[in-house]
Amino acid sequence: MALHFELVTPAKLVRSEDVHMVVVPGSEGEFGVLEGHSPFMSTIRDGALQVFKTAGGAPETIMIQGGFAEVGDAGLTVLAEHVEG
Amino acid sequence: MASLKELKGRITSVKSTQKITKAKQMVAAAKLRKAQARAEAARPYAERLTAVMASLASKVGGDNAPKLLAGTGSDQRHLLVIVNTDKGLCGGLNANIVRAASQKARKLIAEGKDVELYLVGRKGRAPLKRNFPERIGNQFDTSQVREPGFEEAEQIASEVIGMFEDGRFDVAHLVYPIFKSALAQDPTVQQIVPVPAPETAVSDDAGAVVEYEPGEEEILEELLPRYVKTQIFGALLEIAASEQGASMTAMDNATRNAGDLIQKLTIQYNRSRQAAITTELVEIIAGAEAL
Repeated sequence: MALHFELVTPAKLVRSEDVHMVVVPGSEGEFGVLEGHSPFMSTIRDGALQVFKTAGGAPETIMIQGGFAEVGDAGLTVLAEHVEG
Repeated sequence: MASLKELKGRITSVKSTQKITKAKQMVAAAKLRKAQARAEAARPYAERLTAVMASLASKVGGDNAPKLLAGTGSDQRHLLVIVNTDKGLCGGLNANIVRAASQKARKLIAEGKDVELYLVGRKGRAPLKRNFPERIGNQFDTSQVREPGFEEAEQIASEVIGMFEDGRFDVAHLVYPIFKSALAQDPTVQQIVPVPAPETAVSDDAGAVVEYEPGEEEILEELLPRYVKTQIFGALLEIAASEQGASMTAMDNATRNAGDLIQKLTIQYNRSRQAAITTELVEIIAGAEAL
């Protein structure tokens, strides 16, 4: 039971892994994505992306800038222009 | 016939040239590997973006489509964004790009369109200026950075999109080489503005209802500039790989030619040396016989 999460920038594929949950800073508010999320697409604002590897674990924070997030059958894909950390 | 000393000097000079071309070839080979890796790493982003674009563009159509997708309605004024390298020593690469660009420009001019050129990279400016002295628009300098990256692509794209929004042109084309191998780099002309509608692949989630936030049009509007950026970024990566590939081949040829030349000169040198020795011997023998 895991969510497939991919973080992609123009320069490279930053992350491609199975995680528990990801909290994405959407342009109309943050949203968390768990496994089995309905198809969804949103632009994102500059902010912190939180990756929860396990339920209840401490999140890993990745600063991202500009881009959008897409949730489909294959999981969550975040396309960001700049990634820090 | 050249004297022995002159020949020796020429051999030394060709040898040192060969050393330089050989070094440049090896440097290019190492850089090529890196450039190819970078081009490869950029592919996932471009692929995903195109996929999302395709699915969105098919949904938002008709009058609602943003200007970047639908165009201005005319195709009178064209902008050619021509990507060249900053450095030479890469064979006919830049000449080929210039030729492709000139061809396209001439064709458009023959059709009675207005053409403006936007030049990226230092090489190719001079011949294009000579061919189309009145049509050179902006130039973008990439010679200050070691490896043109996404930031440069961003700057170029925002400038191009800014010009589009100011109504300076209707259609923009990108001219750049596609890296096929170290031996072949094909200059291509690709339309970037208005964004050509991607082929709508039948997506697997056709049945699923995708929710959009804020809305489809807003997302598309944000996506289009990004798409242009990605295209330009791709072109920058291609030119980087092409430059190194072409440079490697050109320098390989140069090294081989220098080798041939050295061989020829050495043979000539040895012949003259032997001729000199023979002459000397004949003189001594003739002298001895006279006694």
